Amino acid sequence: MYFTFLLTIISLCAIGIAAAIILYFVAQKFKVDEDPRIDQVEEALPGANCGGCGFPGCRGMAEACVKAEDLDSLFCPVGGTDTMKDVASILGKEVKEQAPKIAVVRCNGTCENRPRKNTYDGALSCAIQSNLYGGETDCQFGCLGCGDCVSACQFDAIHMGENGLPIVDQDTCVACGACVSACPKDIIELRNKGPKDRRVYVACKNEDKGGIAKKACNTACIGCMKCVKECPFDAITVKNNLSYIDPDKCKLCRKCVAVCPTGAIQAVNFPTPTPKPKPKVSVKKDIDKEKAINKTEKKEE
Amino acid sequence: MLKTFKLGGIHPPENKLSKDKPIEILPIPEKVIIPLGQHIGAPAKILVKKGDSVKVGQLIAEKGGFISANIHSSVSGTVEKIADIKDASGYPKPAIHIKVDGDEWDESIIKDDNLIETISYEKEEIVKRVEAAGIVGLGGATFPTNVKLMPPPGSNSEFLIINAVECEPYLTADHSIMLKRAKEIIVGINIIIKATGVKKAIIGIENNKPDAIKLFENIASTYSNIEVCPLKMKYPQGGEKQLIKATTGREVPSGALPIAVGAIVQNVGTVLAIYEAVQKNKPLFERVVTVTGKKINKPGNYLCRIGTPIGNLIEAAGGLPEDTGKIINGGPMMGKALINTDTPITKGSSGVLLLDIKESKRKEQNDCIRCAKCINVCPMGLEPYLLMSLAENNNLERLEEERIMDCIECGSCSYTCPANRAILDYIRLGKGRTGQMIRNRK
Repeated sequence: MYFTFLLTIISLCAIGIAAAIILYFVAQKFKVDEDPRIDQVEEALPGANCGGCGFPGCRGMAEACVKAEDLDSLFCPVGGTDTMKDVASILGKEVKEQAPKIAVVRCNGTCENRPRKNTYDGALSCAIQSNLYGGETDCQFGCLGCGDCVSACQFDAIHMGENGLPIVDQDTCVACGACVSACPKDIIELRNKGPKDRRVYVACKNEDKGGIAKKACNTACIGCMKCVKECPFDAITVKNNLSYIDPDKCKLCRKCVAVCPTGAIQAVNFPTPTPKPKPKVSVKKDIDKEKAINKTEKKEE
Repeated sequence: MLKTFKLGGIHPPENKLSKDKPIEILPIPEKVIIPLGQHIGAPAKILVKKGDSVKVGQLIAEKGGFISANIHSSVSGTVEKIADIKDASGYPKPAIHIKVDGDEWDESIIKDDNLIETISYEKEEIVKRVEAAGIVGLGGATFPTNVKLMPPPGSNSEFLIINAVECEPYLTADHSIMLKRAKEIIVGINIIIKATGVKKAIIGIENNKPDAIKLFENIASTYSNIEVCPLKMKYPQGGEKQLIKATTGREVPSGALPIAVGAIVQNVGTVLAIYEAVQKNKPLFERVVTVTGKKINKPGNYLCRIGTPIGNLIEAAGGLPEDTGKIINGGPMMGKALINTDTPITKGSSGVLLLDIKESKRKEQNDCIRCAKCINVCPMGLEPYLLMSLAENNNLERLEEERIMDCIECGSCSYTCPANRAILDYIRLGKGRTGQMIRNRK
């Protein structure tokens, strides 16, 4: 009895030792040399694994950083320039200063601005709704309001507001771009966060002609070119009846905001309250304006 | 024992309200809107401009590619404008707006109703005439018919299967033309037999249309190569692959076309259009549309010109009921809800269905309990619940493995789901994305 016990223990130990020796030599033989800096870089990265850099997770980004000759094309949107500086110091490379970015919702088609013309009662997904038709309003470019961007966000930084549009939380948004790719209407854009979080942008994606756009939504960009003429920095272009402000050229002078007849251009986080172009214009004037828009549209046709 | 397809299928309530209604001719509207993309494939290229006067049957847009179709004016009058309209897809598409003035037909069209039985054209001439007439599959898929009549070289076409199933609930347009134009349809079948060289034609009719089965059996008895095949009612028997399985017992392999098993399938409405194009030189500019719904006063089958606003049809059927919840272009299973009544009838519209608010309301969606009812009813042998969750998670590689591209979007899964899950909505999304991924790979 005692002997059997002993034999079992000894033989097990012998097998274990033999296996350990074999494993040791195998491990030596097939050893993969990994750059120790990859671990260090991964440590320096935020560890959010959001994929905002374009790589699958922070490990992928770390490998790419170590392999890359320079860090110009690599950027961690979550950590920003500070993190990239840390990474650069580990690797002994240079890194360019990059302006921090933020997701911006380029649609202002709230329930008041953009009347609903029909009701969508299908599956609660913007992608499905956009597959089926142009949406509940006459604007086929605007927000559908099902919240695909909200469910895509890993940082809890975007929420549906009471007005039916998503609202980006400025403090938590890391500009990973998950919402940008989730939006089937492509209305979310990553723009420079701007000095003191101040930004000027066109909150509209409607490419219809002025009259049609205006009928669909009160704050639609009608492509009237007024902002282009007003801009002293050549930052604004109009393409397909839609104005776009280049964030790199824009100096935040807000002259375009003042001239925009529909209020499509938004200025956020400026100290004075956002100048609304027509706080309370009489109804008659409104009709005149619409007529003028319709006329220009007819001429175009 | 009546034939049917084996796998899956459902039995939704028939609701064929307009079944005994003869075809009524809808008065020509004041204005028609003819979209340029009424078929699968490239949209047609415009041939007219604003202010041009056109006649009924005049070519106003020519085919814009190999898979495309000619479009003819359905009325006589002047081209008012060429502008975008929101069609059944819900997105603006280019269309020709024509103001109607009288009813002057193109001289080459034979307007009388006399039956012309002798087929005096050769194979190539028939296909050419079908192509010129802009005929597309009228069952709803709107695939250009002339392409279907030219089987790829080397393929062996044995059967011509005529799809007279009309398995969609509510719709009776095909039934009504079968009763009224049976002889023309038989001539049309002979034309297709001549063009494709098939040995045998099978007319598949579901047994909810006994009058049509009897009528066609009588006429077909004089032809040795035409056979009527009564089928047991089951949805989606009108699906191409299901119909081939039901009538011939053959199964079309995954990803292949019916010609792979030697079958050519044509809708019965298309057959009539082919007869008219070949024998009467009449292009496809009108079709029979069922206007139906439980609340509508006069459900019926209306012969209307392509481009007629759906509002006109509803008006003819007794006006829009007050509590209409949804207006559907097509049948309740595969049709699409419309956003307004200005949407025109196109070549592929087989019906206009009005559902009241109660009927049209979607029920509250619950969690999947893995009851496998959707698997049991799927006519393609897929696992809809799995496809849905994979589509939700955007797992396109898995979706491809699970053969999402075989889905015929019949909606049996969503219909049968006890948790009211929007299965088909997600499968369609996944199918679109997977298709995109496969195309990008090439």
